[in-house]
Amino acid sequence: MSARIAALVLLVWLPLAAYVMFRPAFGPVGPYLLLPAIPAVIALYAIAIRRWHHSTIAVVGVSLVCFWLLMAAAAPYLPLIDPDKPLAPFVPPGGVGHGTFFLLGTDMRGRDVLSRTLWGCQRVLVWGIGATAVAYAVGIGLGLVGGYLGGWWDEIVSFAGNVFLSFPVMVLYILVLNFLGQSGFNIIIAVTCSSAPVIMRIVRGLALDARSRDYIHAAQTRGENPFWIMLVEILPNVRGPIIVDACLRLGYTTVAITTLTFLGLGLQPPDPDWGLMIKEASTAALLWKYSYMLIVPALAVSSLILGFNLISDGLRESGARE
Amino acid sequence: MTQAADRSPAPILECRGLSVSYAGHGGRGRVPAVIDFDLSIGGGQAHGLVGESGCGKSTVALAIMRYLGRSGRVDAGEIRFEGRDLLTSSPRELRALRGGSIAMVYQEPMASLNPSMTAGEQLVEVPMAHAGVARAEALRRARDMLERVRMPDARRILGAYPHQLSGGQQQRIVIAMALLAHPRLLVLDEPTTALDVTVEADIVELVRRISAELGTSMLYISHNLGLIRETCDRMTVMYAGEAVETGSVAGMFGRMRHPYTRALFASLPVPGADKHARPLTSIPGQVASPLDRPRGCGFGPRCAHFLDGPCGDAAIPLRVDDADHAVRCARAAEIGAVPAPVPAPARAPPRALASAPTPSIAPGEICLDVRALSKRYGAVSANAGVDLSLRRGETVGLVGESGCGKSTLARIVMGLAQADSGSIALASRPGPGIAATPAAPERSLDLARLPVRRRRRDTIRNLQMVFQNPFDTLNPTRTVGAQIARAVRKLGGERGAGRIRERVHELLELVKLPQEVAERRPGQLSGGQKQRAAIARAFAGNAAVVVADEPVSALDVSVQAAVIELLIDIQRRERTALLFISHDLSLVRYLADRVVVMYLGRIMEEGRTEEVFAPPYHPYTEALLASVPLADRRYAKRKVELRADIPSASNPPAGCRFSTRCSYRIDGTCERTPPPVQEFAPGHRIACHLPRQALAAMRPVFEETP
Repeated sequence: MSARIAALVLLVWLPLAAYVMFRPAFGPVGPYLLLPAIPAVIALYAIAIRRWHHSTIAVVGVSLVCFWLLMAAAAPYLPLIDPDKPLAPFVPPGGVGHGTFFLLGTDMRGRDVLSRTLWGCQRVLVWGIGATAVAYAVGIGLGLVGGYLGGWWDEIVSFAGNVFLSFPVMVLYILVLNFLGQSGFNIIIAVTCSSAPVIMRIVRGLALDARSRDYIHAAQTRGENPFWIMLVEILPNVRGPIIVDACLRLGYTTVAITTLTFLGLGLQPPDPDWGLMIKEASTAALLWKYSYMLIVPALAVSSLILGFNLISDGLRESGARE
Repeated sequence: MTQAADRSPAPILECRGLSVSYAGHGGRGRVPAVIDFDLSIGGGQAHGLVGESGCGKSTVALAIMRYLGRSGRVDAGEIRFEGRDLLTSSPRELRALRGGSIAMVYQEPMASLNPSMTAGEQLVEVPMAHAGVARAEALRRARDMLERVRMPDARRILGAYPHQLSGGQQQRIVIAMALLAHPRLLVLDEPTTALDVTVEADIVELVRRISAELGTSMLYISHNLGLIRETCDRMTVMYAGEAVETGSVAGMFGRMRHPYTRALFASLPVPGADKHARPLTSIPGQVASPLDRPRGCGFGPRCAHFLDGPCGDAAIPLRVDDADHAVRCARAAEIGAVPAPVPAPARAPPRALASAPTPSIAPGEICLDVRALSKRYGAVSANAGVDLSLRRGETVGLVGESGCGKSTLARIVMGLAQADSGSIALASRPGPGIAATPAAPERSLDLARLPVRRRRRDTIRNLQMVFQNPFDTLNPTRTVGAQIARAVRKLGGERGAGRIRERVHELLELVKLPQEVAERRPGQLSGGQKQRAAIARAFAGNAAVVVADEPVSALDVSVQAAVIELLIDIQRRERTALLFISHDLSLVRYLADRVVVMYLGRIMEEGRTEEVFAPPYHPYTEALLASVPLADRRYAKRKVELRADIPSASNPPAGCRFSTRCSYRIDGTCERTPPPVQEFAPGHRIACHLPRQALAAMRPVFEETP
């Protein structure tokens, strides 16, 4: 069951990632890449709803996140106006400009806000999920080594973690992105630097507790090597709290990426992106009349973060019941 | 105590037709926990409530305290305390009753005490809150009460925080707190289960004295028949939420009527008997889930006397049998003709090996040899010069109280901890699919300081362990079959999926588990089944030595018997040497060929089982034996006094480590000079200063009553 969910998540994320990261390389075949992701999102949604139908919180969370995943995968196939094409500037929501109807209006360069918002979720989802996954891989690995092996390993891992944690998060991001250059991959590195030490601490604590269990002693007295013990005996037994935390952290990462883009540190124009939309709208939105340019992408970000957080709560709830 | 029972004719506490249920999982229906329960406790009377886990004993106590929480509910019946209906009392009235007229003592003393307040502050609170007396007066009362609960060093105790006290002292503080309010009823829920045997004996003695001196009525809840026999006047046996038998303790132990009571009794090892004299019998099956109770007798599915007509048709009423003995059994009259106790006939007769007339099989060559092993944890000396050897096919029982170094020894043998000095040698033997290695001692390896990850594969295969906690011994996320298969691959040296699956099935059969269990995860298994799977895992590779660290102490008695029988059976068939670590002397008496008694890291006495359990004793062995609660009235027990609680294992006395508690202590000698080892028979050694004649003149602790 868990393996099926993991496979579906990959089936959604990998095409999306390939499409967003290397769009120029694919040229006109790019949109076909996203085709398998659409049924995968629907299947994922069906499984999640069947499993958590008794928890309203989880249902709302899953619905929000799956909505954005579906939009990300289906954007090229939706009857949307080209998000990058300047048409008529400053058209209010529901207004008509140059003969075109704009449901959510246009921005100061005349681009459709609805289209930009729906397209914009692609970047946040790809880089947000990617950065969180990498941070988790690193954090779990270091946490298991520190917690299970202990001794010098623990000293080294914990010390390195504390060094990274001693930087204010923003300073760390600015340092990494200025040093390595501004790109999506460097955002992954920056997020990993700030999140992995926290994840490492959580996993280390869990592993430390698991280490004194009799089934670990049984594995040791059976002559298992440390990697087997960490990956087969410990990791599956501590996955509950890790998954709950991961959903919460997806929310943080989304915030971080949007903030970085807003500050001009992360992803660069011209592709539609929520952070960029907020940044560009921030001057125009000083006038109440144009505040929709800011409110629409801001609501989009909030709904996605809320979705991740609600899933996390739902998981915690079902974990507590079991 | 029987006079005390007559003191007041009106019952202090009375439950009539009490039924309690809990809310089901996810709001699905209600789960009955107690059904149609009657109880009547007179003034000054001690009433015992016995049964296995999940039978509803604690729910009865919680219902009396009205502590059922949000999910629990009293569905029917009444609870009257001194004539007042507790179920209709207001929260205010209840608050005045709780702690005042009714007090409760729980299993874990540490959980009942506030860790950030001294014992004195917590004691003083009670009279100040309930009697409204001034602080000085409250302090005086607290001191008096400490004297009563036999805590002589009141000044130190009053100023101590809970963590600075031993488990026995903590439980005495809890009891003192309960008694300070002069309750009319004291409810004790397994008050000694978390304590050591010698401490348990002390607390039991205390409880018995209190009920006699203060006239407090008691409801004593325990899973231990022996404890109930030693503390109570009347008792009720519960099974699956129902009272199945109730009566006076003397009457019931004289003539057990209900098949469950008898089966429970037959599954207890008796300190006077061993595996050859009286094989243990277990109760087949397990307690039915409260959601699908059988229509007729609740015990029916497990009962050897079950008949479709009388037992299976309708609920069985609790019938008063003679003067004060009531039984919930449709066939009590017919079964009653058979003298109790009888082994359950449903079970196959004990296997030929176990009932063979030869008392112990001829021990083979030495396969594990521990020499002068010492281990310190900071100031704590966990093992000091321990010598121990195991021969092929032999069971050695290692007994002692908690903190005596038994588990440390096991951990060092297994390579999970390393000794400071000493040596361990292992003679390995061939396994299935592994080329035979000569089991000559010169091929053995010093293992005392070799951690398990640096040991040779062959050594690892030859040393296996069965762990204590059934809920922790299997990986909860992997199927039982996968875990046994892994052990077969690593220890049995088997290759090929087909061969491994075959071997897993063989092992499951060996431990009498159905094949389907292989597909299940540990969460779907009962405690007994989990421990069986753990035994299968330990025997997967034909180990030369198996260390079992309290393998059944967390199981119910009826299940305990089956697991123990299984362990002995496999061990004998495979001619494995078994090091059986336990605090339960009856169990060790039952299954061990040789016994080693440890105290604070040193061996006090060792010898063949019959020798250790008969005089001459080491004074510590004598005290341990005397603290075993005795359920069998065919034996009488002598009382042995101990001077104090177990001291901390740090900085033990330079001489005999037991000298601080020994009632035979020779002042000036025992605490200064290490005791000489005196040999009474080949292999029967006692480390004691007492003259040989004095040791030889000791009387047996248990004697058969005429």
